[in-house]
Amino acid sequence: MDNVIRRRTFGARLGRALLYAVLLLAALFYLLPLAVMLVTSLKPLAEITPGTLLSLPQEPTLGPWTKAWGEACTGMRCEGVGVYFFNSIAIVVPAVLISTIIGALNGYALTKWRFKGSELLFALMLFGCFIPFQVVLLPMAQTLGWLGLSSSRAGLILVHVVFGIAFTTLFFRNFYVAVPTELVSAAKLDGAGFFRIFWRILLPVSAPIIVVSVIWQFTQIWNDFLFGVAFSAHDTQPVTVALNNLVNTSTGAREYNVDMAAAMIAALPTLIVYVLAGKYFVRGLTAGSVKG
Amino acid sequence: MAALEINNVCKNFGSERVLKDVSLAIDSGEFLILVGPSGCGKSTLMNAIAGLEPVTSGEIRIAGEDVTWQTPAERDIAMVFQSYALYPSMTVRQNISFGLEMRKVPKAEREAAVERVADLLQISHLLERKPSQLSGGQRQRVAMGRALAREPKVYLFDEPLSNLDAKLRVDMRTEIKKLHQRLGTTIVYVTHDQIEAMTLADCIAVMRDGRILQLGSPDEVYNNPVDLFVAGFMGSPSMNFIGATLDGEPGGYLLRVATPGEENLELPWPQERETPAMAGQVGREVILGLRPEHFAEDDVRLGDDAEGVLLSPRITVVEPTGADILLQLKLGEGEATARVGPKCRVAAGERLALRIDMARAVLFDRETEQRLA
Repeated sequence: MDNVIRRRTFGARLGRALLYAVLLLAALFYLLPLAVMLVTSLKPLAEITPGTLLSLPQEPTLGPWTKAWGEACTGMRCEGVGVYFFNSIAIVVPAVLISTIIGALNGYALTKWRFKGSELLFALMLFGCFIPFQVVLLPMAQTLGWLGLSSSRAGLILVHVVFGIAFTTLFFRNFYVAVPTELVSAAKLDGAGFFRIFWRILLPVSAPIIVVSVIWQFTQIWNDFLFGVAFSAHDTQPVTVALNNLVNTSTGAREYNVDMAAAMIAALPTLIVYVLAGKYFVRGLTAGSVKG
Repeated sequence: MAALEINNVCKNFGSERVLKDVSLAIDSGEFLILVGPSGCGKSTLMNAIAGLEPVTSGEIRIAGEDVTWQTPAERDIAMVFQSYALYPSMTVRQNISFGLEMRKVPKAEREAAVERVADLLQISHLLERKPSQLSGGQRQRVAMGRALAREPKVYLFDEPLSNLDAKLRVDMRTEIKKLHQRLGTTIVYVTHDQIEAMTLADCIAVMRDGRILQLGSPDEVYNNPVDLFVAGFMGSPSMNFIGATLDGEPGGYLLRVATPGEENLELPWPQERETPAMAGQVGREVILGLRPEHFAEDDVRLGDDAEGVLLSPRITVVEPTGADILLQLKLGEGEATARVGPKCRVAAGERLALRIDMARAVLFDRETEQRLA
């Protein structure tokens, strides 16, 4: 992969070595927090209190993880973050699917069935990507109240779908704009209608952008704290809110190892998704036009 | 009854008028070619016929039925696109049968139609491939196959050959002509290639700036162009336009071509081709149109008793094409192109005895660019 012409003199080699040393240091610096979290979560509490943050665990234990999952106190209750982990899944999965499907249909309609004002509509939807969440907290709470969805899981899903649509529409519109419109014209002449063309012609070539949309939405919604804390009741709280409660619950000595294990549990799904599908994410973002 | 009838169709994009009062009609089995430079509105007219673009005003009829406000699916037409527009996720077989499937044709009939079309176009061995696994020429065939699978009232071809290399284009041109002769289908074909237009069409519509300038057989359009634009657009190399003064002599009209440094060239206009419009132009500058093949080597093509006017211009460039030789020669104040036989031995800088066949020459008004005679 080395495609640069350079003479291999001593000075050049030294320069290279220095460069790699700096890069390595930077990489270690960025990895340090994760390493500390992982190491701490595997230590018994006795090994933490001396303040040796970086030392490896002398007696590694999964105790903090099981405690964080099933016993740790989050506020008044002591049932761990496991319940809330499944709460998160129950919110994230439908919210990701619904927002991706609507985004795909929006992108399709905005590029292949243009109408007067469709560009303006898209510009306005795009505006939704730039609205800070805090701005809509009160109006959203009011709306959820009117809809009878306050503090419910469905309400939280609705909020995430509404906010996600701006992004998913942007993804799909920009992908479909590069798909030749003649494909749609040909299908129209063949006798296919709006949904049939979407289902049979557009969707089968959309895999790269579906991956992008799903990863993006999954990460956003899983990591959300603000909507979770504002619009959920105790039994519908997502794991991020539970984690906060766990860390802020002060009874006796602070159990850093349990805190760290809980944080790892809360962060794991997005990490896994990224490791497994990150390659496709980059590929999807840079995917070129589909050749007809 | 006309297979396709277009009556006073106008199309505006905002304030831009892309089609201006276009009317035409073709009979069942006719091959109509819409030809013109880019931006002349030919593709817009095609899309209007297909129903992909609504017209601003006017009426479109297919087989007598008013389809102006019908959807593309309701119109019973098939189209071959310039980019082929093959469905990328489907195999060739699925591509060809998709239209039939959408029209709820039973599976057995669909299979039969695919086989028939694949045989016709010799693509049977490609049926299980995806479009991305095909070469340009194969994609072109599949695109035609998709159109031929159904048997619609009208076929539309939108520059179907423009993405092929030169040799393949000529081959496919011949095949399209063969197919038309065998199947007797009604075809509307858009191209900017005037050779395609001449070779394929029963009827050519030359378009410019959203209007049809001339609608006629290839022979009419080529030999009797209505104006300077049509004359210059059809034919390759294109027609020579030579400035001349029209004189009314007692025995008939005479064209004087001013030639700097030499005697003026005098070309008598054949009496049988005089028109009333010429009378008003006497003493004024007109434009004489001569096709390259209207020049002939003396004694070669026209014979001794020919009426052609003899001249011996200086040749500036000799371009042998193999089948014949194109000569650039000094004529009047500019240069003209002449097509002569491949055996002609002449070098640049020499003079060559040539005749001009005035019986086939055409005359245009300098200001209006309309045909005078």
